[in-house]
Amino acid sequence: MTESQTSTGLTPGTRPGDAPLLEVKDLQVEFRTKAGVAKAINGLNFTLHAGETLAILGESGSGKSVTAQTIMGILDMPPGKIAGGEIRYRGEDLLSMPEESRRRLRGVKIAMIFQDALSSLNPVLPVGWQIAEMFRVHRGLKRKEAKVKAVEMMQRVGIPGAEERAGDFPHQFSGGMRQRIMIAMAIALDPDVLIADEPTTALDVTVQAQVMRLLKDLQTEFNMGLILITHDLGVVADVADKIAVMYSGRVMEAADVYEIYGKPGHPYTQGLLNSIPRIDDEGGRLRAISGLPPSLTDMPPGCPFNPRCEFATDRCRTERPELRPVADGHLSACHYAEDVYAGTATRTRRPSPTGAGMIDVSEEAPQ
Amino acid sequence: MSETHRPEARVEPIDSTIEPAGEPAKNKKVEEASLLADAWRSLRKNPWFIISAVLLVLFLSMAIFPQLFTNNDPRECLLGRSRQAPSAEHWFGTDIQGCDYYSRVIYGARNSIAVGFIVAIGTFIIAVLLGLVAGYFGSWVDAVISRFTDMVFAVPYILGALVFLNVLESRGVREVAFVLIVFMWPTMTRLMRGSVISVVNSEFVLAARALGAGPITIMRRHILPNSLGPVIGYATVFTGIIIGAEATLTFLGVGLQLPAISWGLQLSDAQPFLQTVPHLLLFPVIFVGLTVFAFMTMGDAIRDALDPKSKK
Amino acid sequence: MSLSVPAAAADPFADKPSVLEVDGLVKHFPITQGIVFQRKVGAVKAVDGVSFNLREGETLGIVGESGCGKSTLAKLLMRLEEPDAGSVKFRGEDFLSVKGDELRRLRRKIQIIFQDPYTSLNPRMSVGDIIAEPFKLHPEEKPKQGIRNRVKELLDLVGLNPEHINRYPHQFSGGQRQRIGIARGLALNPDVIICDEPVSALDVSVQAQVMNLLDDLQKEFGLSYIFIAHDLSVVRHISDRVGVMYLGKLAELGTQDEIYSGPAHPYTQALLSAVPLPDPTLRGAREQIVLQGDPPNPANPPSGCRFRTRCWKATEICATQEPELISRGQITQLSACHHAEQNEKVIPAHG
Repeated sequence: MTESQTSTGLTPGTRPGDAPLLEVKDLQVEFRTKAGVAKAINGLNFTLHAGETLAILGESGSGKSVTAQTIMGILDMPPGKIAGGEIRYRGEDLLSMPEESRRRLRGVKIAMIFQDALSSLNPVLPVGWQIAEMFRVHRGLKRKEAKVKAVEMMQRVGIPGAEERAGDFPHQFSGGMRQRIMIAMAIALDPDVLIADEPTTALDVTVQAQVMRLLKDLQTEFNMGLILITHDLGVVADVADKIAVMYSGRVMEAADVYEIYGKPGHPYTQGLLNSIPRIDDEGGRLRAISGLPPSLTDMPPGCPFNPRCEFATDRCRTERPELRPVADGHLSACHYAEDVYAGTATRTRRPSPTGAGMIDVSEEAPQ
Repeated sequence: MSETHRPEARVEPIDSTIEPAGEPAKNKKVEEASLLADAWRSLRKNPWFIISAVLLVLFLSMAIFPQLFTNNDPRECLLGRSRQAPSAEHWFGTDIQGCDYYSRVIYGARNSIAVGFIVAIGTFIIAVLLGLVAGYFGSWVDAVISRFTDMVFAVPYILGALVFLNVLESRGVREVAFVLIVFMWPTMTRLMRGSVISVVNSEFVLAARALGAGPITIMRRHILPNSLGPVIGYATVFTGIIIGAEATLTFLGVGLQLPAISWGLQLSDAQPFLQTVPHLLLFPVIFVGLTVFAFMTMGDAIRDALDPKSKK
Repeated sequence: MSLSVPAAAADPFADKPSVLEVDGLVKHFPITQGIVFQRKVGAVKAVDGVSFNLREGETLGIVGESGCGKSTLAKLLMRLEEPDAGSVKFRGEDFLSVKGDELRRLRRKIQIIFQDPYTSLNPRMSVGDIIAEPFKLHPEEKPKQGIRNRVKELLDLVGLNPEHINRYPHQFSGGQRQRIGIARGLALNPDVIICDEPVSALDVSVQAQVMNLLDDLQKEFGLSYIFIAHDLSVVRHISDRVGVMYLGKLAELGTQDEIYSGPAHPYTQALLSAVPLPDPTLRGAREQIVLQGDPPNPANPPSGCRFRTRCWKATEICATQEPELISRGQITQLSACHHAEQNEKVIPAHG
């Protein structure tokens, strides 16, 4: 894939002259496992601008969480290994940077929040202390000033009675409140980039709505670039500006949120959108994608989605499709992207009734 | 795209080309997951297991067939050759009584390892029974067993053994083993209880209960196979610990008694001559050390092999 | 009478016999202190008076947030926990008081599918042994064609390769394991299957497969489901009727259409309005009811209506008088709110 495609494709509506906050180029991450080398990320490209929300959408094993860890520089190495590519923060390559300077960015300019707030916060320290520590360590504030700042942050993320609760320990808060505390820690130092890895997955739906709203408000207030990593198509539709759909460590499709939901250009995206039950839609049989994602140590030749794809042909089983533009600002890694995009692709197979496999359309008994 | 899905009878063959995720297609052989088959598969690839297994086979054959290792009678002593240095004739030299030290060290393996095995097996039985009952039934049963375990745990085994063994007139393998069991079962019992508790609330146990399985079935079929792993590993390590403990007690004068031959007695006898005849101490120490090392390494390897979490 | 006609049409199970009748089910978990001598210092009111019935071939969805008591309800219905009060009747027989062989006979008729396919299968047993276990525990149900053949049939039925009968759970993915769990649940030809969050641990693309499978099996064997989940979209899709739980009680109970198209209880409305729609063009078009605060502690629920502390409609009566779960005025579904009022605009019409 060429660079021009990357920037035109993945930054729809970019104002000229804007330097990207974060630019990921052809990132490759591998894991050594007993079963062989697993390519967790196989050529990832995207750019992120200030104030923009990029959603990385994928199922487990798609490489979305590894992406977050790699950008943050908290990937376990070994078994992980960055096999190639660049991650540029304001033009500087993070991967070739000395660890010392990288650490000065981590948590300061690039911050992250995790799915499980309870295990991400230190259970034996008061939450106020933990937030204040950010100011003491990175800003050199005195204990008292840091404490005042911490309470301010807690108020900002909507914790009632912040001053009294600053001395409480993480387990004394509800799940939603803990998530708010983790958000307070993440944004304490006014980061440019905030990576949210499944921030609301563990939360109840009413709390999830509150936390997503808070994240959006804070993003606007601080003009942050937000990378939202999730599998939840509903949350993404609500908050994302642009979306990268990942599957088996590769980006299958990348475009503006309205394009992805309105005119998906990849059979996988289309399948996902068709397979989810919608709250505004009752009953009927779901159009499930059949089969399972492939093992990362044993990828099928050609397109990784081909064993599950309803449009797959011999070409898909031998030749790996590159991510290429299918419309303005819309990239898709499918040989038949244009047809899928236009809704004219020829269906070659359909899922077997149990959903475990595929049946060739040509083999079907005539009705 | 407009094709609708008809509900239809399931007559088509199931597509089996899609293999489960995480399993390489080339590995078509079905892997067993029963406790032992599973452990064996990972053990035989572990170099530490192989080293410790070789050592254990060596020491065990020493304990069972000492004649294979030496033609000398360990009880054939000539005071005239007391405390000789190692030589071609007496590889490990001779002890105070003038006995061939090599054969004495070889013959010493039997008592030490016997104590180790008896105590480990006895403790294992107690620990599995008590731990299983406490962990499975919980509530007051658990409270009673656990508090009793804690009480015994609070007594250092050396103290207990000193008190008990001192009053016995003759102390052989049986007596020493008995006392060690009495004072050393709590650690393994606690381990077993914890291991059972981590399994007892699993959904597969709930599923069995929902099917109407009784406590015995559930314990035998679901809880034991999933909770024994760490305990088997620890029991192996524990055998090594006991061999050290036997040597300690004997050294303190409350363990085995002469004329028995044991490494602990040899250590005890050699102690006053540490500066003049160091080899009397050196050889039993090496043997005790290697045996304990072999059991501990083996136990570690087994524990890793039986831990389903250690698998990728 | 104009209202009752569409209501009856919307409820195709209205004239079907009940397979399960649940009345006033209560389960309080004691909070104890002390290690050896335990003192009771309070009780978590996990399930506090729940009544409903399940009719033949029907799916009753139970939704609620974490801590609302829905999983405890599942355990009570399976008699994995003994309730403190209330009754569960299976086709008229009291399931809670039966013992011995009677209990074993009724157990065969009510099965459960668990949430976590990783912990609900014994990792030390082969798939064949797992699915054969029901037959071993109920020898009288031993299949004529032999256990092994029946297990293969069941594997085939749930979309797994019967050749994989000797494999172990760790060799399967999450979705496949859930299929194994379903096969085990089906083995004894039950009438009722309680599905406790059966798809919430699965990936999006696999979730739909499992839901379709459950759907097919229901049609094929005339099963009745109690489908417990926190995902409102999933519950709407699979359920004929839906009960909404809050702090151990049912807040609202009605047909899928009644609950989703015209929710009457403020809690249901808030819950539904918070579900994000997978459609960016609806951004900002929906009015979202944002609830304040977190659910109260179930050990110490508010007086009167349990939702009143977070409710924007709460008045004095809500604090003093507990609202009953009844049909109110023109509202056909049952709602436990003094100020019940249908709101048709919570979920915009799709398409």
